Amino acid sequence: MGQREYEVIIGMEVHAQLLTRSKMFCGCSADYVDAPPNTHVCPVCMALPGALPVINRAAVEATIRVGLALNCEIAPFSVFARKNYFYPDLPKGYQISQYELPLTYNGWVEIEGNDGQPKRVRIRRAHLEEDTGKLVHVNGYSLVDLNRAGVPLLEIVSEADMRSAEEAHRYLLKLRTILRYLGVSTADMEKGAMRCEANLSVRPRGQQTLGTKVEIKNLNSFKAVRDAITYEVKRQIAILEQGGTVEQVTLGWDEHAGRTFVQRTKEEAHDYRYFPEPDLLPLEISREWVESLRATLPELPDAKIQRFMQTYGLSRKEADIIAVEREVAEWYETAVAAYPHPREVYHWLTGEIFRYLNEANIPITAMKVTPDALAELLRLVEDGTINRNTAKSVLQEMLATGQRPRTIVDAKGLAQVSDEAALRAVVDEIIAAHPDEVRRYREGKKGLFGWFMGQVMRATRGKANPATVKKLLSERLEGDG
Amino acid sequence: MALSREDVEHVAWLARLALTEEEIERFREHLSAILEYARMLEEVDISDVSPTATVLPMRNVMRDDEVRPSLPRDVVLANAPDTYEGYFRVQAVLDTEDEEG
Ligand SMILES: [Zn+2]
Repeated sequence: MGQREYEVIIGMEVHAQLLTRSKMFCGCSADYVDAPPNTHVCPVCMALPGALPVINRAAVEATIRVGLALNCEIAPFSVFARKNYFYPDLPKGYQISQYELPLTYNGWVEIEGNDGQPKRVRIRRAHLEEDTGKLVHVNGYSLVDLNRAGVPLLEIVSEADMRSAEEAHRYLLKLRTILRYLGVSTADMEKGAMRCEANLSVRPRGQQTLGTKVEIKNLNSFKAVRDAITYEVKRQIAILEQGGTVEQVTLGWDEHAGRTFVQRTKEEAHDYRYFPEPDLLPLEISREWVESLRATLPELPDAKIQRFMQTYGLSRKEADIIAVEREVAEWYETAVAAYPHPREVYHWLTGEIFRYLNEANIPITAMKVTPDALAELLRLVEDGTINRNTAKSVLQEMLATGQRPRTIVDAKGLAQVSDEAALRAVVDEIIAAHPDEVRRYREGKKGLFGWFMGQVMRATRGKANPATVKKLLSERLEGDG
Repeated sequence: MALSREDVEHVAWLARLALTEEEIERFREHLSAILEYARMLEEVDISDVSPTATVLPMRNVMRDDEVRPSLPRDVVLANAPDTYEGYFRVQAVLDTEDEEG
């Protein structure tokens, strides 16, 4: 890039929809995704005069649980506030949010830093608010669907502790993993259940004062987060290199063009006139309530990774791969319990099985192979009933049909041939049929050994016990024939 | 304390009110008078009073997470000036400020 080295300073604001049955302040269903427009709407979420909101306890509890998982303090006293602005997707003319007294604050999550070492990203606050409606733009009009208006939304604000697009990306992944472990959100960015904004500034390394901060909104995928930040860092460094100044603006990200664009300049910046929500009473959160919620927390990703490293001898990277989804971690542990060879199970799970899940694009919970069935398959390999190559094709069959490995091996006659007499006959046949290769092998072309192995395996349709074949071939080829 | 003309214009913009020149001046005077009146509160000694968001003594009024029937859609849309296939229809808005959250 330029002569100078630059430092990037990134903070993130993440919104995640909470998986409650009903909305934040009314009894309308929060499951809006497939609902016809404006069918989950009532006087409260439509903001008709006289309608009174009532706080959904489950949303408060989910927020406290997230706060605990993010190592936050839980407010003993918390208040909702009105954030006033006009937009067609906001029926009340204000959003009920939290301002001065959020439910949780001062936490941190651990991510892998740029230097490969663990680093903490501080969480400034995680508070509760409500989602807006949805707009569809058609034929010069905007169409408003209020089904999403009032769905509980958790806002998680980090401190500006990230120093690269990769760190920002890892932070987001970590948040998603934690939210999913807790079961409080699908955290699915592609479906809008998790949304993200980044604020970032760039300054020459060593400079004390911060550079001008820009905000990038509507980052709707993990890829968008990384690409938009990378683009914006380059853009700002180029400006600074030419002696220019970065403008304080709010940017959008154009995924197709692969560039940011200005949405709002500083002059138009919002003035929300927050004030305490007069329709809602404050929350007093007792120690007992917090502790009873703490007791519901599952083992969280960091703890699980540590335990997997210690108990199963996995590296941090390996443990991380397994622990990134709670369901995968549970599947792995169940399989290891049934077949206590952690590395072997890891190998098959992250190899054949992950490849299948990726190709089929299904979660592990929708897979037909149970941990117990994999254990059975691996025992068939261990006791020599089938060889590893056969096991791979049996596993494919299991993934496709859900049949037990034993059933497949029996039905297809795949059991390994270890019988020496039977295999010796095959080996002799191969050797008799290929005198040229035998001569060249004996003249020193030892690489042909693998070719002979292949011939025998083909002749036995892959069922020959490789160790036995190897032994027999060695005897014949090294001997005088 | 007297409000400036810019103060009035800003507040009017926040409320999406279009004021005439004459109204800007009139409301500048009215609003200044209201603020002046409210200033009397500054004379009260509140050194022993902590800030509060409510004067009601109740706390933790919450409901269980249960789904209740919503309104029929024709009722939801009954007062709308314009609708289209079950949606409220409004003038096109640019997507620049969507997803406020
Ligand atoms: Zn409602």
